[in-house]
Amino acid sequence: MIKIIDLHKSFGSTKVLQGVNLEIKRGETMVIIGQSGSGKSVLIKHLIGLLKPDKGEIYVDGVEVTHLKENELRQITRKFGLLFQGGALFDSMTVAQNIAFGLTRYTNYSSQKIEQIVKASLAKVGLQGVENLMPYELSGGMKKRVGLARAIAYNPEIILYDEPSTGIDPIRADAINELINVMKKKLQVTSVVITHDMISAYKVADRIAMLYQGKIIEIGTPEEIKRTKNPVVRQFIHGEAEGPIENW
Amino acid sequence: MNLKMWPQPRLSLISLFFEQLGELGLLTFKSLRNIFRRPWEKKILVAQLEEIGVRSLPVVSLTAAFGGLVFGLQTYVGFHRYIGPGSEAYGGPIISLGLSKELIPILVGLMVTGRVGSAMAAEIGTMKITEQIDALFSLGADPNRYLVVPRLLACFLMLPCLTLYGDIIGIAAGYVYNVILMGVNRVIYLNNTLLYLELWDVVSGLIKAAFFGIVIALIGCWQGLRAEGGAEGVGRSTTRTVVIASISILIVNFFLSKVLPATLK
Repeated sequence: MIKIIDLHKSFGSTKVLQGVNLEIKRGETMVIIGQSGSGKSVLIKHLIGLLKPDKGEIYVDGVEVTHLKENELRQITRKFGLLFQGGALFDSMTVAQNIAFGLTRYTNYSSQKIEQIVKASLAKVGLQGVENLMPYELSGGMKKRVGLARAIAYNPEIILYDEPSTGIDPIRADAINELINVMKKKLQVTSVVITHDMISAYKVADRIAMLYQGKIIEIGTPEEIKRTKNPVVRQFIHGEAEGPIENW
Repeated sequence: MNLKMWPQPRLSLISLFFEQLGELGLLTFKSLRNIFRRPWEKKILVAQLEEIGVRSLPVVSLTAAFGGLVFGLQTYVGFHRYIGPGSEAYGGPIISLGLSKELIPILVGLMVTGRVGSAMAAEIGTMKITEQIDALFSLGADPNRYLVVPRLLACFLMLPCLTLYGDIIGIAAGYVYNVILMGVNRVIYLNNTLLYLELWDVVSGLIKAAFFGIVIALIGCWQGLRAEGGAEGVGRSTTRTVVIASISILIVNFFLSKVLPATLK
């Protein structure tokens, strides 16, 4: 479904991605792990066209997306839902308007139907009666859950989760893990999850890939990752201060 | 040639200048092109018309009133001193022409820069650093059409309206100072004003104001879109907007004054 070939991206003199190769199959949940600042968010922003690579190709359903024109890219972004690290809710809109935003642009649903979908999406993330609140009235965790409700509201085929469990209490984090699994089982959604949280990674992943120094250095099922002999991956998944990873 | 011989800081400043000029040029081209493309963000345009036009009325009223009063005062003093007592009534056309052609468009431009341009940079800059602009894109909205085009159109339409309103207030204030406060002959003052003030004087001021509107919106949005580095970065963008837009307005004003004909007669 998604194929990334030799992706390179630099910001000024900082090389962030240095030849990423990764294939994500339809319906699978791929978890990408890596240190803070290793380029995980940069990688998923390339998938949706928010960033253009310096070199490399990205195929979504066989279509190479890095050279698409704006209108063509719009057809591809319709397939994606993106949960941002901080929620990225629109400050000037209510919770309901935030969730309805994608629906009004991607569908021709009536206002009643949109209202129903907004409520149903909020219920999926464990929120009720917050439709008319403004983002500044929500806690950090609630913002994140509203952001997730917004990402899933228009039934995208692929959902990109940028640190879904960061800033949320462990019980809510587990509920979001459950939701990722439910979306996969019931709707056959393809998911790409970026996280540091190994409990979450093991719970939702079909496969885990580790991004280190701009490249995918290991990829495998959770069991394979747990048994890996790669010292960099071992240090990261066990959260050890001593090891080959530098500049942490 | 040994590159180390070159003065590096100056070279990087020049390249930075052209890089930023290129950014602004691209934003201008994209925004002007998108004005004619559907879908139009009508609700946001109406909100911006209200924000830029209606909510600027108090500040424009005060600025134009005191601008008109002080211009009236100095014109009175000038005629009284150099031509003699009784000649003050001939200052009417000078006050009206000076206000409508130069002072009011510039004052309105600078006031709107401070009130609206800075707010644009702060709002869009905050959206940028909190990933709201990325969210717009991911949810099917083109950030340029959604954020820049309505602000550009609203400024382009509202600055001339505010200037026309300011002209009326300013000219009335000049009349109040001379005729009501200083007892200048009302009939001569009004007759001279109506005789020598041309419609083109007012229209050329409105044309200038439309250009100032474009300058304010483009610089405010451009600085907002390039904000980075958290709250400090947003603050820097806001300050830069006020400085760059104010200077640009004064420069554009000079060139427009040079290009636009003094009279159509």
